[in-house]
Amino acid sequence: MKRVYVNEEWCLGCRLCEYWCVFSASGEKHFPFAFDGGAKPPAGIQVEERGSVHFAVNCRHCEDPLCLKGCISGALSRDGYGAIRVDKTKCVGCHTCIALCPYGCIVSGGDNMPIKKCQLCAGKDYTPQCVSHCPNNAIVFEEDEDL
Amino acid sequence: MKYVIIGNGVASIGAIEGIRKNDKKGSITVIGEEKYPCYGRPLISYYLEGMTSLDKMDYRPSQFYKDNGVKLVLGVKAEKIDAVSGKVLAGGKEYPYDKLLIATGSSPVIPPTPGYDKVKRKFTFIRLDDALAIEKAVDKTSRVLVIGAGLTGLKAAEGLYGRVGSITVVDMADRVLPAVTDAESSAIVRSHLESKGIAFCLSDHVERFDDGFAVLASGKTIAFDVLVTSVGVRPNTELATSVGCATERMTESGRPFRGIVVDRDQYTGVDGIYAAGDCTLSYDLTLGNTRPLAIQPNAYMQGEAAGAAMSGARAERREYLPVNSGGLLGLRMITAGAYDGEPITVKREGIFRRFFIRERKLRGFIQIGDYSRVGILTEMIRKGTSVDSVDFASLTESPDLAALGDEYVRSVLGRKEKEK
Repeated sequence: MKRVYVNEEWCLGCRLCEYWCVFSASGEKHFPFAFDGGAKPPAGIQVEERGSVHFAVNCRHCEDPLCLKGCISGALSRDGYGAIRVDKTKCVGCHTCIALCPYGCIVSGGDNMPIKKCQLCAGKDYTPQCVSHCPNNAIVFEEDEDL
Repeated sequence: MKYVIIGNGVASIGAIEGIRKNDKKGSITVIGEEKYPCYGRPLISYYLEGMTSLDKMDYRPSQFYKDNGVKLVLGVKAEKIDAVSGKVLAGGKEYPYDKLLIATGSSPVIPPTPGYDKVKRKFTFIRLDDALAIEKAVDKTSRVLVIGAGLTGLKAAEGLYGRVGSITVVDMADRVLPAVTDAESSAIVRSHLESKGIAFCLSDHVERFDDGFAVLASGKTIAFDVLVTSVGVRPNTELATSVGCATERMTESGRPFRGIVVDRDQYTGVDGIYAAGDCTLSYDLTLGNTRPLAIQPNAYMQGEAAGAAMSGARAERREYLPVNSGGLLGLRMITAGAYDGEPITVKREGIFRRFFIRERKLRGFIQIGDYSRVGILTEMIRKGTSVDSVDFASLTESPDLAALGDEYVRSVLGRKEKEK
């Protein structure tokens, strides 16, 4: 399956990916509307910084997804594309997935709210908006050649 | 190939999915005592709290069993296993198997207490039917007495909080959540719940129930309308014992742990018979012993491993450890691993984090308040990563992958090198 990969030497640390992620997940038509309600990154992608090095981290959609296997409600599932998706009507916000994700890629949606995670922009024809709007090709969306 | 699974919890779902990865054709029959398709058991407190509803609790979509060619036999208790001819007897019918999975779960323990039988509205808290019955039995004026201040008891209290008049929790231990906290973090949880109006009687137990009262060992009496007992569970091992599976393991302290003994493929050692989930014992990678590790993620993964082995494959190698995530009336907490190492503590307003280091490895942690990206630390425990090979100080403040080093980051996030 295609995944988002990182070229960390090219990441500027601009965090545009974080904002495009929130916008994409919001379902809003206009960019600023996504943030009207006080929504803030991170959601499905987050930029890490250490000294002069930056890179963006998002869900690996693991072959062996501990989040999905540990989910208490069955809200997490793998869709036909291979993306690990969350059913927001089923998630009770227990955060077992946050306790289990080895890469820290699942974000709390707040108390009693469903979690937030990368769904590979399934609602945007699987065109990850973080990648489309990265100004420096620091993240790319490519086929995993191991598969 | 004929597969029969006794039990319809998440271990059973794991097994079905594990089997179907390798064997699309074999017949699968699931015999479940409860009348519902599989639901996540921990959801019952969220149900009482109003955070989920019956139509959203199915663990898999409604067509799951059909899509996987599973015959569901629900509302029927498996009574007997004939291991010689390979048959399960349930509800007067015989179900022949080539491979059998015992995933019978556990049952609540009821401490023998004089007067218990006469208590009218009494419940345990493990099944959906328990939650549905409790829901009917309470109203806004009910005085609820919960026996047991473990995760189940406190989640029951949380679920009931908005529905009842008052809640009192009694436990023999001197603190709440004794299995997943240390003294200081336990005190934080307790004072949070007390601030919400939940009363605790700790280091105490019910000596007898009298007409509408519980008389405690300390002499205190508590008037109550509804009783919820959640002092712990006992693995359902009777069927396994009857066919010769080992269902007890002696510990160093001489106290036996009950539960079906299995190998890494969840095989019991009895021909064709596997076991998974809360009825089994697991090897706890942090404490290095075999003990009950009855948490839902383990149940699924054990079921999956069993399903793989039953269908002739081998599952991912698993490391089991205790991991618990539990919100309690607005207090958020995630804990993992063992607490027998040297503690490192980070405290700030609304945040308590304690990490336990032993032999320079992270053994376990308790995090209350913000626990963003804490799974990075769970993975360190799982892998036995040395704290000296990472920027551990920064991990205690704000876990990120960068603290684990460039090489790790590239291996996780980068594409595998094409050229060279």
